[in-house]
Amino acid sequence: MSTKRHEAVGLTDQQVLDMYYYMLLARKLDERQWLLNRAGKVPFVISCQGQEAAQVGAAFAFEIGRDYFCPYYRDLGIVLVAGQSARDTMLTAFAKAEDPNSGGRQMPGHFGGKKFNILTGSSPVTTQVPHAVGIALAGRMTGKNPVVYTSFGEGSSNQGDFHEGANFAGVHKLPVIFFCENNKYAISVPLSKQLACESVADRAIGYGFKGVSIDGNDPIEVYRVVKEAVERGRNGEGPTLIEAVMYRLVPHSSDDDDRVYRSREEVEEAKKKDPIIQFANYLKSVGLMDDASEQEVLQKVQAEVDEATDYAENAPYPTPESTLDHVYGS
Amino acid sequence: MATQVLMPQLGESVTEGTISKWLVNVGDVVKKYDPLAEVTTDKVNAEVPSTVSGRVSQIVVAEGETVAVGTLILYIEEEGGASAPAPAAAPAPQAAPAPAATPAAAVPQAAAPSTPAPAAGDAPKQRYSPAVMRLAQEHNIDLSRVAGTGAEGRVTRKDVQAIIDAGGQAPAAAPAPVAEAPAPQAAPAAAQVTQTPTVTAAQVPTSTPAANVSYDIPVATGDQVIPVTPIRKTIANRMVQSKHEAPHAWTMVEVDVTNLVNYRSSVKDEFKKKEGVNLTFLPFFIKAVVESLKEFPMLNSQWAGDKIIVKKNINISIAVATDDALYVPVIKDADQKSVYGIAKSIEDLAARTRAGKLTMDDMTGGTFTVNNTGSFGSVMSTPIINAPQAAILSVESIVKRPVVINDMIAVRSMVNLCLSLDHRVLDGLVCGRFLQAVKQKLENIGPDTKLY
Amino acid sequence: MAVMTFIEAVTLAMREEMRRDPSVFLLGEDVGIRGGVFRASMGLIEEFGEERVIDTPLAESAIAGVAIGAAAVGMRPIAEMQFADFIMPAVNQIVSEAAKMRYRSAGDWNCPITIRAPFGGGVHGALYHSQSVEAMFNSTPGLKIVAPSTPYDAKGLLKAAIRDNDPVLFFEHKRCYRLIKGEVPDTDYVLPIGKADVKREGTDITVISYGLTLHFALQAAEKLAAEGISAHVLDLRTLYPLDKDAIIQAASKTGKVLVIHEDNKEGGIGGEVAAIVAENCLFDLDAPVRRLCGPDVPAMPYSPPMEKFFMITPEKVLEAMRELALF
Repeated sequence: MSTKRHEAVGLTDQQVLDMYYYMLLARKLDERQWLLNRAGKVPFVISCQGQEAAQVGAAFAFEIGRDYFCPYYRDLGIVLVAGQSARDTMLTAFAKAEDPNSGGRQMPGHFGGKKFNILTGSSPVTTQVPHAVGIALAGRMTGKNPVVYTSFGEGSSNQGDFHEGANFAGVHKLPVIFFCENNKYAISVPLSKQLACESVADRAIGYGFKGVSIDGNDPIEVYRVVKEAVERGRNGEGPTLIEAVMYRLVPHSSDDDDRVYRSREEVEEAKKKDPIIQFANYLKSVGLMDDASEQEVLQKVQAEVDEATDYAENAPYPTPESTLDHVYGS
Repeated sequence: MATQVLMPQLGESVTEGTISKWLVNVGDVVKKYDPLAEVTTDKVNAEVPSTVSGRVSQIVVAEGETVAVGTLILYIEEEGGASAPAPAAAPAPQAAPAPAATPAAAVPQAAAPSTPAPAAGDAPKQRYSPAVMRLAQEHNIDLSRVAGTGAEGRVTRKDVQAIIDAGGQAPAAAPAPVAEAPAPQAAPAAAQVTQTPTVTAAQVPTSTPAANVSYDIPVATGDQVIPVTPIRKTIANRMVQSKHEAPHAWTMVEVDVTNLVNYRSSVKDEFKKKEGVNLTFLPFFIKAVVESLKEFPMLNSQWAGDKIIVKKNINISIAVATDDALYVPVIKDADQKSVYGIAKSIEDLAARTRAGKLTMDDMTGGTFTVNNTGSFGSVMSTPIINAPQAAILSVESIVKRPVVINDMIAVRSMVNLCLSLDHRVLDGLVCGRFLQAVKQKLENIGPDTKLY
Repeated sequence: MAVMTFIEAVTLAMREEMRRDPSVFLLGEDVGIRGGVFRASMGLIEEFGEERVIDTPLAESAIAGVAIGAAAVGMRPIAEMQFADFIMPAVNQIVSEAAKMRYRSAGDWNCPITIRAPFGGGVHGALYHSQSVEAMFNSTPGLKIVAPSTPYDAKGLLKAAIRDNDPVLFFEHKRCYRLIKGEVPDTDYVLPIGKADVKREGTDITVISYGLTLHFALQAAEKLAAEGISAHVLDLRTLYPLDKDAIIQAASKTGKVLVIHEDNKEGGIGGEVAAIVAENCLFDLDAPVRRLCGPDVPAMPYSPPMEKFFMITPEKVLEAMRELALF
């Protein structure tokens, strides 16, 4: 039996099993959406596949209910840990009235929900970064002191809003975790054409705080590093930039064809390092899971996805006239 | 370059004018401000001055013809010939459309482009704004007869609104009067009875009073045919319009003015000596009317179609007759005048009426008319309302009559006051109260009555 | 009641709101020790400290974006853009984020920020310190745009903006800052956003404007009164959403409408006002709706004759009003 690495970072057995459950749920919800899209039932999918370990590992490092999340569009793993359900995901996919993210107004992946402390997000990338800084600033002023998570891709780390937000947080030593999910591609453009520096993490030095690059396929390592950063933030030691390196296992979205810009061999090679397979192996290696219990979890997740799909498919659409609602408050 | 001279608008709400006399002939040289013609509009004569210096090249409108304000009446060839610009006098803010073309003044740089001026000689086509069209339709206004005060004589919304506020449009200009009386009919008398008049009441358009319609009335040998003068025509139109549009009701009170007669006798000589003004009965009647109008302001109002306008100012129109016409000048702000002040105003207006020197201002703005029919011995009359006013009061002759007072017969000086009222605006009750108020005031006149 | 300048009214409104509500704070470039380059926040850092009067890094998108984040979780930030010209880097934050947060979350989130920005020219500010940028935002439902013209309105509307539960762009004409003085009560009063204000009653022509040019219209109206021309002057005050009822009422009153603004003509607020009049007032119209606006050039040049040519002046306003009256 291998050593229980998770215990060394302060995770219990149950926590790592829960992490596996969330990773699997994110993956299966994602896969179901692709099926529904190809069946013509939902118009659009944008995936988390290959990034579940980083997302779930990071999310576990936060205090749910106190801390805030300003996620980006692939962060299904984050929002599930923050409290969203399989139904919520499917309601969004089907654009139904009950969709907690937007009431059917936004494309899938545009997360939000006050009750989950998830700030509503948009499609222009990285606009959420200054928002996270603002939430942290407000938290300091009110004395509530939440730590704020915000994520973005490596391509988005070129946006002005990343730099302006990071700089502001650095100047004011605000507890913001800048979490870059480096999945190697900004749609079709590879990392080499996005950055001249070695790693996104290198950018932190320009703003006067710590930057680290880690293996995004290892949820325990992600948890450890994020947890440390959260602690520092809570202690008033300012922000941290964390680059989690992984691989986007599917095309950018349901409208993309990745065969024109990357080889099948490259994708197949990456699939061997699929974080879900790797983490299942770890759990088995430490005796927390066997084939039977793995099947059990899988069936539980599948049943949940099936139920959520049925529920969402049959749920009512928003009324056409509700298009006019929520422009201004009273 | 010939400058066009247009029929000016000689006063508010005036829509047309009659060339009663040309003072120039074709070929005459005129200086700027020289009189060109006598124009009669709504009961007043005015001389229209030239706006430029030059030679009269063409007279467009014949003497006796009535044309709408803004109509071309003559051409003046300006001094300096074709090369000279047309430095027409800038029109006064509210005056008539400039007789000459509006000078092509510098167009402000930032504002909307101005409409190009029509080529000289072209009759400018009238285009009406949506607001003007709507108002004209709603109030039955013939826009072709409305004088525009806007750019290039455009009829503005305010122009139309002014007509509406003044109680509607004056009747259409008459067709040119028949120059000669029709020849006597050859048909036998029996047939004549059925054939005349050729215009029956049913044929009279409802919106056009029939005053100007020419009747086919036979003229016998020795009959005198008198052409209708412009002034007579205007009076006729006004009378027909008022009788036609305002449902007249009539009422009368008799007033014991014995005390007034005695009082006047006691003060008139000294008054004349002191003020140089005859103290007639009329100022006392007007004073009583004005005070009563203050108490019953509805009598001092005007019918405006969808609303009634109660006038704030009390301006009393008084009828002044000359040999051939009737003029109705106005005592302005009569409520601010004493008996003396009213007497002076009457004398002044009467004198100027007879001298033909009334101004447009003297003739406009009346809110109630007092008609002194007693001056020619009448004891009862049913006056026609001076539209758009709501009522008219006539003061009849003062006559001594036996009157029963406290079951005894006394000889008293009595006078009848007759009131015609526009029943659209006024009802019997308020008019009765008004007349009672006038009556009381007159009967209470005595040694304590103030003249000043 | 004190007579104060426009900018003093702005400062007073912020001071009163910061005293009233601890969630109100100010952020922007040079707003702290310097008190703002125009001195709009003079004395505030002394009273409220650098925690609530924040000198930010020179980065407009962060100023707007940080304010949005803080507003989302219950704060009432006032973000100052040093010049309206420099709001451009923040447009994505304002238009894609602030304006849409309520709508895109189906009412779950909202964004109560106030973004103040001095706009307008006539101060030798050349291309990038003179612009009127309101038209860039006036097709953005979810945003409110306020542009007061008097000190009284500035205080009442700024307080309303701060208390509003939606994002408000608050444009202050920089020529008005010290030129325009007026009585401002020291009481806590709030004026309604979305309501225009009749600044002068009249019967011949209707002038609709806002900001500095509104004052030119009032001056011209005074002069024209002596000529017998009576001008009705409507101050829009809120540029988005427009007070359609007030516009229709004012336009119908005279049937002759002139819209004046310093922003360039094509695509400006005036076009929208004219469209409202056209849609609703046809049968009351007595003249084509006219616009007196800045020229359609990219921005205001530096050289004095060129600046003067660009600017709306009292003379131009008087001329345009008279011409419309005589139409």
